[in-house]
Amino acid sequence: MGDYLMIVLGTALVNNVVLVRFLGLCPFMGVSNKLDSALGMGLATTFVLTLAAVAGWLLEHFLLGPLDLGYLRILTFILVIAAVVQFTEMMVRRLSPTLYQVLGIFLPLITTNCAVLGVALLNSREESGFPESLAYGLGSALGFTLVMVVFAGMRERLALMQVPATFAGTPIALVSAGLLSLAFMGFAGLAGG
Amino acid sequence: MLIAIASLTILGLILGWLLGLAAHYLQVGGNPLVEQVAALLPGSQCGQCGFPGCGAAAQALAEGRAPVTLCPAADRALTEELAGLLGVSADLSAVADQEPVVAHIHEQLCVGCTRCFKRCPTDAILGGPKMIHAVFPDACIGCKKCFEVCPTEGIEMRPIEVTLRTWYWPRPALAG
Repeated sequence: MGDYLMIVLGTALVNNVVLVRFLGLCPFMGVSNKLDSALGMGLATTFVLTLAAVAGWLLEHFLLGPLDLGYLRILTFILVIAAVVQFTEMMVRRLSPTLYQVLGIFLPLITTNCAVLGVALLNSREESGFPESLAYGLGSALGFTLVMVVFAGMRERLALMQVPATFAGTPIALVSAGLLSLAFMGFAGLAGG
Repeated sequence: MLIAIASLTILGLILGWLLGLAAHYLQVGGNPLVEQVAALLPGSQCGQCGFPGCGAAAQALAEGRAPVTLCPAADRALTEELAGLLGVSADLSAVADQEPVVAHIHEQLCVGCTRCFKRCPTDAILGGPKMIHAVFPDACIGCKKCFEVCPTEGIEMRPIEVTLRTWYWPRPALAG
């Protein structure tokens, strides 16, 4: 149990998908203007990412491995991820039409969120077992959500600040993303200690 | 090879079937009236009614927040159909039975200000800054937005010339 907790914590904080591995940057910049929509996006991606990690393991062990179809890995993963995203879109549309409108194009774009495919591929490369895959997917997803929420909080405050004209808008957002990444580098000490 | 094709096909079929099932059970219980109204509206999103587009206008119409005569592109027949669908009586005296028109730019008056170009909801105007603009009559819906903004009054709304390609049967006269 402790091992799995370590995996979840390690992937969420130390090897954070967004800030350390640089995966899934487009929703990170695109949907982080408001705290509510960032949280919604984080939760939607959490759902997709965890399911994709599990589905990736199942595909790897019951389809690609036994039939020796390793060269179809990316194709099958994308197929399953697209289906899961479509399902998530239906769920969000049903459960919260407001969130559906706020997320807009970024909701179907979870399909091409490289964090989702990246975690599934990393899982298969490291030949993780089922519980490890699940923990890895969940940890990455939680890390993604955490970063989205923290960054949205920062940007909400930034919106109220007097930013120099040269930095206003995207530049200050990118600079603050860099500072946030700097802060997350501090978690690297957590693994060593 | 065959195994790869078969396994991908089966995977796709299973996923498609599951999604179809999910779509059936997770149907959005929205107002079907909104969709019916939206299907009647022109769908050119010109925004002249004051709503952000035909979708928002359809929503407002279905909820009774807007009069059925709101659409400037609608003629009597469409307005009557809308009124019938929504079960309200409409005052049709204000809705003129206009003949179809398209914009025409008088080249000697055009100063190339691009104002009409920016307003056109259907991208029917061709041109750039300080260049003489022109209208694609096939794409023009005759919404008169460009007509209003032209600073030199160089745009004229012309009735569509009757040729073999644009002729149509005259609409039957509406009762009442």
